[in-house]
Amino acid sequence: MTAKTPEQITRDLLRPLSGVSPRYMFWAALLAGVAVAALCAFLYQVYTGLGVSGLRTPVFWGFYITNFVFWIGLSHAGTLISAILRLANATWRRPVTRCAEVITVFALSIGAAFPIIHLGRPWLAFFLFPYPSERGIWPNIRSPLLWDFFAINTYLISSVTFLLLPMVPDFALVRDRAAGWKKKIYGAVALGWTGTPRQWHRLETAMHIMAIAVIPVAVSVHSIVSWDFAMAPVPMWHSTIFAPYFVAGAIFSGIAALILAMALLRKLLHLEEYLLPIHFENLGKLLLVMSLLWFYFVFAERLTAWYGNEPSEMAVFWVTQHGSYAPLFWTMVFCNFLIPFPILAIKKLRTITGTAIASFLVVVGMWLERFLIIVPSLSHKYLPYKWGTYRPTWVEITITAGTFCTMVLLYMIFSKIVPIISVWELKAGQHEEPHALRLATQPDQVEAD
Amino acid sequence: MPIPEAIYGLFSDPSSAERGMDALSRAGIRPDRIVVMSAEPFDGYSFSKMDEATPMPWLAAVGGIVGGTCGFLLARLTQEAYPFPLITGGMPLLAPWPTGIVTYELTMLGAVLTTIVTLLITTRLPNWKPKLYDPEVSNGKILIGVLEPSDATRTEIGSRLLGAGAEQIKTTFGDVPS
Repeated sequence: MTAKTPEQITRDLLRPLSGVSPRYMFWAALLAGVAVAALCAFLYQVYTGLGVSGLRTPVFWGFYITNFVFWIGLSHAGTLISAILRLANATWRRPVTRCAEVITVFALSIGAAFPIIHLGRPWLAFFLFPYPSERGIWPNIRSPLLWDFFAINTYLISSVTFLLLPMVPDFALVRDRAAGWKKKIYGAVALGWTGTPRQWHRLETAMHIMAIAVIPVAVSVHSIVSWDFAMAPVPMWHSTIFAPYFVAGAIFSGIAALILAMALLRKLLHLEEYLLPIHFENLGKLLLVMSLLWFYFVFAERLTAWYGNEPSEMAVFWVTQHGSYAPLFWTMVFCNFLIPFPILAIKKLRTITGTAIASFLVVVGMWLERFLIIVPSLSHKYLPYKWGTYRPTWVEITITAGTFCTMVLLYMIFSKIVPIISVWELKAGQHEEPHALRLATQPDQVEAD
Repeated sequence: MPIPEAIYGLFSDPSSAERGMDALSRAGIRPDRIVVMSAEPFDGYSFSKMDEATPMPWLAAVGGIVGGTCGFLLARLTQEAYPFPLITGGMPLLAPWPTGIVTYELTMLGAVLTTIVTLLITTRLPNWKPKLYDPEVSNGKILIGVLEPSDATRTEIGSRLLGAGAEQIKTTFGDVPS
């Protein structure tokens, strides 16, 4: 990026907030339409009962739990990656962090809704809350589903605050440039920020503490999601590899989602001078590492199952290798490894377009992976007379499509009300500290000091 | 005659702001009277080193301990709350591993919430009517000033800030800069 003045940075990054185009309105209306269709499908399911879904014995977890795991995994894009880059003091992170943190908050909210959608009787969701009810029934602390409640809520609260805190100085920036009702709203959310050294120090200290806290929380969240499966004696689930396998998969899909979001933002909001090829190059390398790690985990899991030759596990193994789920399995392998690997490994192909294509494939592949973890195992449990199949209905497909559209819509709306790149962090990265300046201009004097 | 609430200078770059800060210190202005504002953090400059010390990390640790204790008690009391004797087949009534998970999550939640509360209290946010603010700060200017200057020092402060490179000197009377 050519050196920009603070005024140019402010002007460029606040430009997307200044109005909406007809094209934006068209896409927003289209996405909102699908989201409303999904809401109608959900209400239909609530009114009619869970029988309108494809969930039948023995497959009681289908699209909904696939989506739950997928979205929770995708949420690792933001807060975790942002926290790691902050702690590593990676200077190239500055334009990336907010794009990433937003994904976490929205993906986590959507993911957390799926267990409730899956309940069938969602009005009883409060049974999950740990409160002393008059029925004398306490939630079962031994159930991994209750661990989910604690982990997801902790992660959601941490992620929301991790996103909101560094937004306050930017709200103050918009407040000082806005007029009328906008000034009032941005003034309210800026909390009276003035930018004193005390405020800056406290904000940076708080962000540092939260970055330290949020990394183990993010790891615990997807570990606990994996234990929803691994704690059950179901073929191919009851495995110690599941927690790290899920965490690696979550980071993998998270980075892919982040690259995809950045590529779209760059194009649509004309942020070509801020989201640079180097950002895609660096994230592409991370994606490559995670692709290799993912393949390693899949290989280790499959190899151990194959050597064990335990009949119930082998039934699931073969049905995915060359049975009815084989087309999905091999599509997953192609999407997650065989196609992204050369794209990301060859420097010439690791361009913005290349990383975006690889990321799109990874997002598709990781959704398939979640589906293939859940459905083949449930449909091929220990007793062959209880084997079954699963076909999603229009209700599940509509709700799934609706959540993807909701995610994009929320992201679009967010980018119109908040600078999608942290203005103050970008500016702070532009100027050098006095010691570095003196070192560059008067090295002898600095040495003498 | 209105009593001035503050006199300040607006600087366009951190080096001149640092000179302004040094000029005020040399003039004998008490540090608690000096006010600095900027649109971004300027690490390494003397004017950004005010109020650096904070017990925030320690308070976060205390918050984590409190959260963890609450988590442990919640998990323990929940498991022991059944009003009838349970036959557990020799298994412990208080399951240690799940109790550990709940304790861990609430430890982290306690640390995070304490950090946020500490941040808000120590920065005195929200404060929608700050004593002194100039929107020029958002345009990249660095504000260095003195709160409630005496009549005797006002002129000297203004000239020292100008001498250090301030682009503008302003005095506030109530809410209105002049």
